[in-house]
Amino acid sequence: MTLMSLDIWIVTTGVLSALSCALLGNFLVLRRMSMMGDAISHAVLPGLAVAFLITSSRSNMPMFIGAGVVGVLTALFTQWIHRVGRVEQGAAMGVVFTTLFAIGLIIIVQAADAVDLDPGCVLYGAIELVPLDTAPFLGLHIPRAVWTLSLVFLVNVLLVILFYKELKISSFDEDLATTLGLNASCMHYLLMILVAITTVASFESVGSILVIAMFIVPGATAYLLTDRLHIMIGVSLVIGIMCAVGGHIAAVRLPAWWGLPDTSTAGMMAVVGGLLFFVALIASPRHGVASKLLHRFWLSVRITREDVLGILYRIEEFQPVRNHGVVPRILRDAKQTGPVIRWLALAQLMQAGKVKKASSGIQLTSKGRVHARNLIRTHRLWESYIEKHFVIPIDHLHAPAERLEHVTDPDMQKLLLEKTTNPQKDPHGKNIP
Amino acid sequence: MRAILNVWGCAGMRKTQNLSTPTRPYFHTPILSLLFLIVVTLFFVPVQAEAEIDSIRSITDTRLQMPTWDQLIRVLTLRDYNTRVVVLGTLFLGSASGVIGTFMFLRKRALVGDAASHAALPGIGLAFIVMASVGGDGKYLPGLLLGAFISGLIGMGFILLIRHFTRLKEDAALGIVLSVFFGLGISILGVIQKMNIGHAAGLESFIYGKTASMLAQDAYLMGGAALVVTLLCGLLFKEFSLLCFDQDFACSQGWPVLFLDTLIMALVVAVTVMGLQAVGLILMVALLIIPPAAARFWTHHLYKMIFISAAIGSASGLLGAALSALVPRLPAGAIIVLITSSIFLMSLVFGPARGVLSRSIEQWTLNRKVASQHLLRAMYEWAEIHKNTQKSDDPLKGMTIRDLFGVRSWSHKQLKRILLRAQRQGMIYRGGDRTYHFTENGEWQSKRVVRNHRLWELYLVTHADIAPSHVDRDADQIEHVLERSMVDKLEKLLLSEHPNIGVIPPSPHDIGSKGLKQRSRK
Repeated sequence: MTLMSLDIWIVTTGVLSALSCALLGNFLVLRRMSMMGDAISHAVLPGLAVAFLITSSRSNMPMFIGAGVVGVLTALFTQWIHRVGRVEQGAAMGVVFTTLFAIGLIIIVQAADAVDLDPGCVLYGAIELVPLDTAPFLGLHIPRAVWTLSLVFLVNVLLVILFYKELKISSFDEDLATTLGLNASCMHYLLMILVAITTVASFESVGSILVIAMFIVPGATAYLLTDRLHIMIGVSLVIGIMCAVGGHIAAVRLPAWWGLPDTSTAGMMAVVGGLLFFVALIASPRHGVASKLLHRFWLSVRITREDVLGILYRIEEFQPVRNHGVVPRILRDAKQTGPVIRWLALAQLMQAGKVKKASSGIQLTSKGRVHARNLIRTHRLWESYIEKHFVIPIDHLHAPAERLEHVTDPDMQKLLLEKTTNPQKDPHGKNIP
Repeated sequence: MRAILNVWGCAGMRKTQNLSTPTRPYFHTPILSLLFLIVVTLFFVPVQAEAEIDSIRSITDTRLQMPTWDQLIRVLTLRDYNTRVVVLGTLFLGSASGVIGTFMFLRKRALVGDAASHAALPGIGLAFIVMASVGGDGKYLPGLLLGAFISGLIGMGFILLIRHFTRLKEDAALGIVLSVFFGLGISILGVIQKMNIGHAAGLESFIYGKTASMLAQDAYLMGGAALVVTLLCGLLFKEFSLLCFDQDFACSQGWPVLFLDTLIMALVVAVTVMGLQAVGLILMVALLIIPPAAARFWTHHLYKMIFISAAIGSASGLLGAALSALVPRLPAGAIIVLITSSIFLMSLVFGPARGVLSRSIEQWTLNRKVASQHLLRAMYEWAEIHKNTQKSDDPLKGMTIRDLFGVRSWSHKQLKRILLRAQRQGMIYRGGDRTYHFTENGEWQSKRVVRNHRLWELYLVTHADIAPSHVDRDADQIEHVLERSMVDKLEKLLLSEHPNIGVIPPSPHDIGSKGLKQRSRK
């Protein structure tokens, strides 16, 4: 029973921090500022240290303020170095956050007697220890981190809903936002403040590396899956929850398969996020690698199909008398496509009844001839068009026409006919069928 | 024509700049405050710590004390073995990362070092497990470094993959690889700590570094890495610079772009891995980014930039290591970062090539020149109008301040300052009735300015298809930066088409009509 409730609190903390981060992460990814989460989470160290030195307590409020201030300073310095020094944004960020981190480190080491901050704890986080630090409420012992994170998540949700339109426009098109009278830089800094506060809130409980992962990975994964912002936000939140739950289960169960003890939950959450991202990268319906490759494959089959028809037609035209069919070897030599694609293209043509087997090789059927004639017509019309409207030597006409013939629809063909004033012969002196 | 486009480019840039930052001076208080923050940390914090300790009076009194002269000499002459190793090691590391960092900086991939250093962690953990489970020493350094190198490379591969195959941009690719690999690394380290094979303590030093306890072995390693990196960059200087400045061109020239890209990345990973264990993650990132960024302010030449960047890297490595050896409880890594970023700030302000100061001065001189040329043209055009409207035998009246005020949108203060300056330069003089007249020099100058303006207007009207009513504003911006050779070209071009334009071509549009109208209303 005790173990169960411990697990529940760990997962709850993870889910809350993943949700808060993922919500903001969408906008960071869209603004191409993903690394800002990384920068701020390193840079808040001096803020924490100074806040601790001044108040000599580890209560939440001073930490929040210290980190918020330094977080905004990070964004400001980055922006200024970028604008004033004309240094590229990423490099400016790198300069600022390493410097601030170093300052924080020196403060901590110099005042090591007084400061009880462990940089290791900050980086790794100790999500496993979350349930031990509880605060009573209505007789329930709810971990302190859950309180803080719920509050931060609520604030994030409220502000994002309130400024949804502004955030949306300024994320996609900053100049448009400015011309519409929205204060884009105000939105930028608001987002930075929220990022800083979320970072600090999640810091103590889950560690900075998970914060960075949750800022970027759910947003980036969702970005691969959809083209609409509100769906993207919803998807990223779901992915955040999946990371948190899956991460904890993986941390407890996965090493046990090899007879090893459990490992860091925060680290495994990031790993699960990475796996989910990888799955989306491969299998996303529109932007995934698999669908892109598949699309490209079928496109090349179609082009090969059309090329085969074109070659057969040209050979018929060239030797109308002696037509016993064309050996597939000629096709292979004419077009440098792979055997699989060529085989598929031929099989499809056979099935559609556009080519048939002849005494030695293959031959166009009358149905195939109609299709092929249309293709050749498009090709030669393109050649006439290009010859008429561009200054290109006559032996260079074939290549562009060869590429364009595959993407020309009937309307385009009609337009070509108009623009070329209905020629009878192409520039090479061949008949336009 | 290319020159024209260039001039156009900079005119356009200046225009947008003026629009977005109308009166903002280049010295920003935040920059100064960052400098201040660093200085404060360097000097104030020790005092603060001292005060704290004073009040607590702990048993271990580690209060900060100034190093004695003797200590200083010992450190600076590298007499201690330990100091020698640390100083030399950071020096090598600084120069190696300065060299390779320059290419990354110019490729706009400064943060790749950050991702590489995080991505190395799982490799370290796995290498430890493998080596420990086959019965060897789990912390055999070359093995760990090899593991780190391989996993860093895999991380780089993923970055390339994500960027190539998805619509995510560089930053997201970096962030994903960085966080996921680091998370994996932490999970693996977490497992190792609870396993009972060998003792894993000390693996974290790959994250935080342990500069002060660097061994001679590390220093040699870094020396070797620096040598290899410098050598490779020297051999492939042409290829790498081509890749930095124009990847597409390199591609069309038939260079193996992907291979070169991977090679640069591999060099970055190699340098990062070498430095990681010695100086820690953050310092490694800083050494890869800050020296090249600082060097960029000093020069426009790539090879000079590489030298400067390597010099900054090694100098701050040397200084930081020495300082940390002199002053107790000053972590060497952090001090090196702070010294590097101080150099960066100094370069940002004082760098002769792109520094804020030199650019401000440039801008200021240009603004002065532009203002006085505006004055001259305004006066000339005013005189021109009045020559047409007046009877020819009347003596020409000078312009009063009020007349000038109506011509352009300048403030009263500005106008007075411009007039005073023009008077001092002997372009104009003030007549008895508070009117301003050209001196001989001023008249000649004003003719030149007006001529440039009109030539450009004519060019725009005849060659760029811009309506005569719209050319004034465009020409207004470009006339100040027209060079002699450019004017000659314009003359040649336009004279062949308009043979009778004369010394000063007529304006293609109605000049000064606004000013005249205002005056007639009065």
